Amino acid sequence: MLELFFQYLVAGLTYGTIYAIVGIGFNIIYNTTGIINFAQGEFVMLGGMTAVTLYAFLPLPLAILGAVLITMAVGGLIEMVFIRWLVKPSVLRMIIITIGISILVREAALMLWGEGIRSLPYFTGNEISSLSFGGVRVSPQVLWSLGVCAIVVVLLNLFFKFTMLGREMRACAANRDAATLCGIPTRNMVTLSFVLSAGIGALAGCVVSPITQTQYAIGSGLAIKGFTVAILGGLGNSMAAVAAGFILGILESFSIWVMPTAYKDAISISLLLAMLFLRPSGLFGNREAFKLKDF
Amino acid sequence: MFSRLAAALTIVAAFIAPAMAADTIKVGAILAVTGPASFLGAPEARTLEMLVADINAKGGVGGKKIELIIKDSQASPEKAISFAKQLIEEEKVFAIIGPSTSGETMAIKNIAEESKTILLSCAAAEAIVNPVAKYVFKTPQKDSDAVIKIFQEMQKRKLSRVGVLSSNTGFGNAGKGQIEKLAPAYGIMILANEVYDKAATDLTAEVTKVKAANVQAIINWSIEPAQAIVIKNARQIGITAPIFQSHGFGNIQYVKAAGAAAEGVIFPAGRLLVADVLPMNHPQKAVLVKYTKDYESKYKDEASTFGGHAYDAFLILVKGIEKANSTDKEAVRTAIENLKDVVGTGGVFYFSPSDHNGLNVDAFEMLTVKNGKFVVLDQ
Repeated sequence: MLELFFQYLVAGLTYGTIYAIVGIGFNIIYNTTGIINFAQGEFVMLGGMTAVTLYAFLPLPLAILGAVLITMAVGGLIEMVFIRWLVKPSVLRMIIITIGISILVREAALMLWGEGIRSLPYFTGNEISSLSFGGVRVSPQVLWSLGVCAIVVVLLNLFFKFTMLGREMRACAANRDAATLCGIPTRNMVTLSFVLSAGIGALAGCVVSPITQTQYAIGSGLAIKGFTVAILGGLGNSMAAVAAGFILGILESFSIWVMPTAYKDAISISLLLAMLFLRPSGLFGNREAFKLKDF
Repeated sequence: MFSRLAAALTIVAAFIAPAMAADTIKVGAILAVTGPASFLGAPEARTLEMLVADINAKGGVGGKKIELIIKDSQASPEKAISFAKQLIEEEKVFAIIGPSTSGETMAIKNIAEESKTILLSCAAAEAIVNPVAKYVFKTPQKDSDAVIKIFQEMQKRKLSRVGVLSSNTGFGNAGKGQIEKLAPAYGIMILANEVYDKAATDLTAEVTKVKAANVQAIINWSIEPAQAIVIKNARQIGITAPIFQSHGFGNIQYVKAAGAAAEGVIFPAGRLLVADVLPMNHPQKAVLVKYTKDYESKYKDEASTFGGHAYDAFLILVKGIEKANSTDKEAVRTAIENLKDVVGTGGVFYFSPSDHNGLNVDAFEMLTVKNGKFVVLDQ
């Protein structure tokens, strides 16, 4: 019984890691622009797919690095082509643009890679290897994802809190006009945020690829869960997104223990709706600050 | 003035239309070329394009060229319905091949029936042809036969306590229904019965539930990529019981996706996957070798049983037209219903007014995965 409990917990952690690592990406663009980038899932997909392609002729670490760099370039390019030249776009308009971008990227990926599923090899071990802790088994890839997730969150927090560039990016989100008046090149900051979140999305896509498998259409599914945990935690806060990811993942996993698995997604969607109704600032968000945002 | 002109045009059109129709036979195809079931629809569409080009180069069927109109439904039943109406009402097609998935086929079964359009589905669910609809046929082997084949193998291995996992699609639901229906007759007890999302990214909790039920074998019924995740997660959490899959596993990319976890998976499938190792005197050998060779040399991609379903659908349509020796829908329908001994990729078809699938349990061969390849299960 206890062993079973921990096995469900591990399953929840696995789900949580996937959600969290995707969810983090939403926060960066939100932090500079105040919008949700609905093409975030496509960055995750692009990262995974590019890495699989590069892995054919590069060693794994270089393939991942290459995929992250390429996706960053794509992220920057997308911002410059679709967003940069807009004069004071409304939040709604930008959100719709990102939805358009996500469809565009998905279709392009279908043309480029076809409909087949691919995946990177497991970083350590293979498809059946797992570490056993007193009968509870964990795939090493889950630990890899957890580790990468932790490192990314810590680095992001340091970046946004303690570097000039990070603070400038946050200033953009708080009040873009004021930031411009202070001499912050706000447009470059927005581009940078797309580059950064594309990079993190791509990295996420690479680490979870052995677990989730990668296909041109995988982005939107991952994005929905990532978006859910970003909202659940409170937008803009990476640490909160990770915590929310684990809460959602563990909830889903234990729901399977007691209910038919078919209800799993109903639970996460109900949770998202309840959150949006009752506490739109998120579990860990600041209510006061949230009220000041203009949507 | 306008109304008179319009009337005149209508009369002219009425004379022209049959004349044009006489030159070609319009065949519609509703296939999930992109979207979540693209692994079905894409090879099916490619197969049809190849076959149509081939047959037109040889002068067509009975002197008439085939005009193929492929509609990409992206596996959405709603899109399948609107494409079916468009093909029937606007394009006035002679017959429709597809859809690729069971859910879509069930959505348009009545539309085909009511408009008296021959529908040759490439989807597996038994419900498509049971109860029989006059104009609806299907080429993939029946899921009930796949279940029977699996249960027979289980009986042989004295396995009776099983856990069932199925995906939340038409294919998954239909298979789950057949498993539940047929299990008592074969002395199989279902101790866990879970449905997972077709787009799932990890299924550790689901397989944990099956593990907790202490089963002797797992049946994993799905046609989507998520089925490979089930196998990986099951082995990762230490389930050693044999895993049985549906005929929806017959795509080498799932074996690649599941890697080491795919080794030893047992599943029923058409013989296309083992075409090269079939004995020379097997009735399907020639058809299978030719199709896989043609497809692979043209598209530089491995042939799958799914493309084969479209091959069979087209073959049956052509045989029907040839046998009826006319392009009268009713005559061709009757001809198809009485086709016998048609060697296709899925098996040797014997249609009858009560059997619009024409295949039985022998169309399946039990296969397994060895060193990343499909091989015939040693008996």
